[in-house]
Amino acid sequence: MVGLRALDRKLLRNLRGMAGQGLAIALVIAGGISLFLLMAGMTGSLSETRRAYYERYAFADVWAPVVRAPESLIDDIRALDGVRAVETRVRDAAILDMPGMIEPAMGEMISLPDYRTAQVNNIYLSEGRLPDPGHRTEVVVLSAFATAHGLTPGDQISATLRGRQIELDIVGIAYSPEHVYAIAPGQLVPDDRLFAVLWMSREALGHATDQDGAFNEAVIRLMRGTSEEAVIDALDRLLAPYGAPGAYGRDLQFSDVFLSSELNQLVTMSRILPPIFLLVAAFLVNVVISRIIAVEREQIGLLKAFGYSDLDVLFHYLKLVGAIGLIGLLLGTAMGIALGRWMAALYAQYFHFPFLIFEADPTTFLLGVLITLIAVMGGAAMATRSAYRLKPAVAMVPAPPADYSRAIGASISRIRLIDPQSRMVLRQLFRFPWRGAMTLLGVAASIMLLVSTLFFLDSMQVMIDTHFYQANRYDVAVSLVEPRERRAVHALSRVPGAMAAEPFRSVPVRLRHGPNEESIAITGVPRDAVLARTLDAGLNPVEAPPGGLILSTDLAEDLGVEPGGIVEMEVTERRRFIRYLPVSATITSYIGSVAQMEIGALNQLLEEGDVVSGVYLVVDSDQNEALYRELKSAPGVAGVALHRLAALNFKALLDQSLGWSILVYVLFSGMIALGVIYNSVRITFAERARELASLRVLGFKRGEVAYVLLGEIAFLTLLALPVGCLGGIGLAYYLADAMASDVYRLPFVIHLTTFAAAIGVVVVIAIGSGLIVRRQIDRLDLVEVLKTRE
Amino acid sequence: MTAKSYPCFETRGLTKIYGEGDAAVHALRGVDLSIPDGELVVLLGPSGSGKSTLLNILGGLDNASSGSFKFRGEELGEAETGRLTQYRREHVGFVFQFYNLMPSLTAEENVDLVTEIAPDPMASLEALEIVGLGERAHHFPAQLSGGEQQRVAIARAIAKRPDVLLCDEPTGALDSATGIRVLRALLDANERTGSTTLIITHNAGVADMADRVLFFRDGALHDVKRNKSRIAPEELSW
Repeated sequence: MVGLRALDRKLLRNLRGMAGQGLAIALVIAGGISLFLLMAGMTGSLSETRRAYYERYAFADVWAPVVRAPESLIDDIRALDGVRAVETRVRDAAILDMPGMIEPAMGEMISLPDYRTAQVNNIYLSEGRLPDPGHRTEVVVLSAFATAHGLTPGDQISATLRGRQIELDIVGIAYSPEHVYAIAPGQLVPDDRLFAVLWMSREALGHATDQDGAFNEAVIRLMRGTSEEAVIDALDRLLAPYGAPGAYGRDLQFSDVFLSSELNQLVTMSRILPPIFLLVAAFLVNVVISRIIAVEREQIGLLKAFGYSDLDVLFHYLKLVGAIGLIGLLLGTAMGIALGRWMAALYAQYFHFPFLIFEADPTTFLLGVLITLIAVMGGAAMATRSAYRLKPAVAMVPAPPADYSRAIGASISRIRLIDPQSRMVLRQLFRFPWRGAMTLLGVAASIMLLVSTLFFLDSMQVMIDTHFYQANRYDVAVSLVEPRERRAVHALSRVPGAMAAEPFRSVPVRLRHGPNEESIAITGVPRDAVLARTLDAGLNPVEAPPGGLILSTDLAEDLGVEPGGIVEMEVTERRRFIRYLPVSATITSYIGSVAQMEIGALNQLLEEGDVVSGVYLVVDSDQNEALYRELKSAPGVAGVALHRLAALNFKALLDQSLGWSILVYVLFSGMIALGVIYNSVRITFAERARELASLRVLGFKRGEVAYVLLGEIAFLTLLALPVGCLGGIGLAYYLADAMASDVYRLPFVIHLTTFAAAIGVVVVIAIGSGLIVRRQIDRLDLVEVLKTRE
Repeated sequence: MTAKSYPCFETRGLTKIYGEGDAAVHALRGVDLSIPDGELVVLLGPSGSGKSTLLNILGGLDNASSGSFKFRGEELGEAETGRLTQYRREHVGFVFQFYNLMPSLTAEENVDLVTEIAPDPMASLEALEIVGLGERAHHFPAQLSGGEQQRVAIARAIAKRPDVLLCDEPTGALDSATGIRVLRALLDANERTGSTTLIITHNAGVADMADRVLFFRDGALHDVKRNKSRIAPEELSW
């Protein structure tokens, strides 16, 4: 301590004396800062990576699928207003049989322009080379799939494309901006083993899919400032004769939707969490510094009497606060960066960028510093003001005894039922109502965060249960290359292990109601369907009357239609025609949107006879291997959606990465409770040590004295429990709403166990803090405390 | 064995050492004394002479380093914390220089604190009336003068009808007129409850109201004087 000014030495000793409390505050500050850095940094990193990636690899703005259109149409598309670049391509589904994996993998075959770089949706080749148009079996494989199967250029894979089996030679490994979030049909979370993207030369893929001289998808980049809607309308008009289900923008592009929804979640959380932490930190700083100043009242008087200025004294205490803030900032920065790296690694499992580095840019960091400064100094300002104003002559006279006569609580003295100890507890509360209220709110904030965090687990469990086990109870969905007669169902229901089969018809349509339009595939299912059911809010099956349409509420809301309303349905599959359908009911769907009819009625509308698009199967899992072997090579099968596996994968996600994230949030929320409760108990102890010692002298036992000390925080914690639970309900409701996307909606469900867990965490922290301080009661020096004047 | 067959307090070779080695402070160096029940005893001596240390040990606030301390024949010199708490709760009333009232409780409630845990207390109001504060029962400490606060502390101490009343500088923070009122209250309490009363003071004049005066010097009992007649507090030379 050589060279330090005496005041600074005092500061260091003060810090050492309040190490526990200071650390508790620093932890809360660190929580706020690290969450801020993590979320702001992650948002920045993700969106900047996405922006750069999309820009460099010419990610499309609009996708326009068709059944088959002549290549010459490209000039007409290019001539549309606002179109900056266009590529036509062939895109088709394939089934892959991978050695060492019993499940069939789904492949998306996409053509690359021959002899030149794609101007839209280019790929980033990480290994090998592009396919040679002269060699019809050469493919480039999506990196995630290659990694999952250990594929390298030179390897061969076999695929079933349009019912024909082909052997493919891998010549390159690539990333694509279209497949940042790459999942197989029917899956919700990526299972890299199950989904491949295979890029082939246009010539080769066109030949394999009967699209020679034609294309089945146009991808378009728009000029800046162009109305996407206008281009989509123009494309739909232009492509209508060629069987166009409707062009769509990035808002319906699966990969980008997931990425955007992730970013949206980060932004939502970053608006809520860090401010709560920093407000709590400000409050704690205020309380602790107020206490220190009260204790050091006479020292302040002495300092001023010696000639230290008001500002010297003010800065002295601000420095103390600054030191705590600095510790919090350093801890928070370290934690934020560590968490950010961890989270970036987690994201890299699900989002496939050629690169993703967690980087909190200097602006974000400086903003963090600024926010800490404002929070901490804001909390200190109120407290240090009194030190600044204190006149030395006044300060050196001991403070008058605390006056409880004017507090509201004085009237309680008339209620004889309350014992004196409880009265001391209550009057302390009433005397410092602001502090009590803030303590209550701090503890409540902790419970609120715990409830709203754990809510995600409840919600997702209900989501999985409803979607996978109540509504859609099949294990596998098999879709056919072309709609076929119902007889095909019989063939498929005889595959090994099939225990139940239910046909479905799926047809892409555009639904219109007033000015609103939505693209969706209507699914036709049999009357009394048991495998793919539509359920109302009470999970009871809902069936459409003949000719009636059932819509999920999200779709109905987007269309602005209610049950009883009529929607216009434009079929876009091959022939284009328009029908009008009554909406007979709306149902809740947490994953995806639903438009469902009775299959007979749908086929009648389509004037196609008794045909099906595929079949839902319930299978004996012991025979999966035989079943999958059959499906991998079954003629006419375009795709196999492994529905049961999707549920298992989703559950694994909940248990693993999501579970970890939630644990982190639970720890952080716990830090708030710890900071508030521990400090509150410490301060009460410091303020009342003398009273507590007096009680001990009068013959009160330790437990009885502890009640006076801990009764206050126990009372506040008890009050905070319902407040926090209510707050948690509110926040969970807000989060469920804010995080809903076109892909999924979080059901608003909070289990009682969630409240119990949140309350449990806080109660344990309260009891722990109480025990620490209770030990200090045992160590109270009765003689010392009575010999000195406070 | 009845309480009468033993003196109230009896100590043999009572020693108290604070700290260890070079830093050791001998606060009491082997004190032998015997105080019968019901007496009013004044302890005199300069600061650091051991009065307060003795009082703290006799009151069960502190343990002796060595020697024996008996309360009515029961050895308490090495009693553990729980036993001392019980001893204080059942037998001892304290009055301190700085009153040590609970600011959040009214005068009457401060007395209630003790009457609610004592086996045979008087009514709180009765105790306040003994010290002349019956009418201020509902006032908070912040609304009372220093002398009044000290009298509340005395009421609190006597309300349990303690066997011993230990007062450490009860008038130290008060002016003479107020101090005399406080001493009057202590004397009344001693006479009405029969409590053995020990009063530490710096004011030698107070010794004239005692049955017995103990003089301390350097941690030892230097002299004992018995007064043949006691003077009322109002007539003490202050």
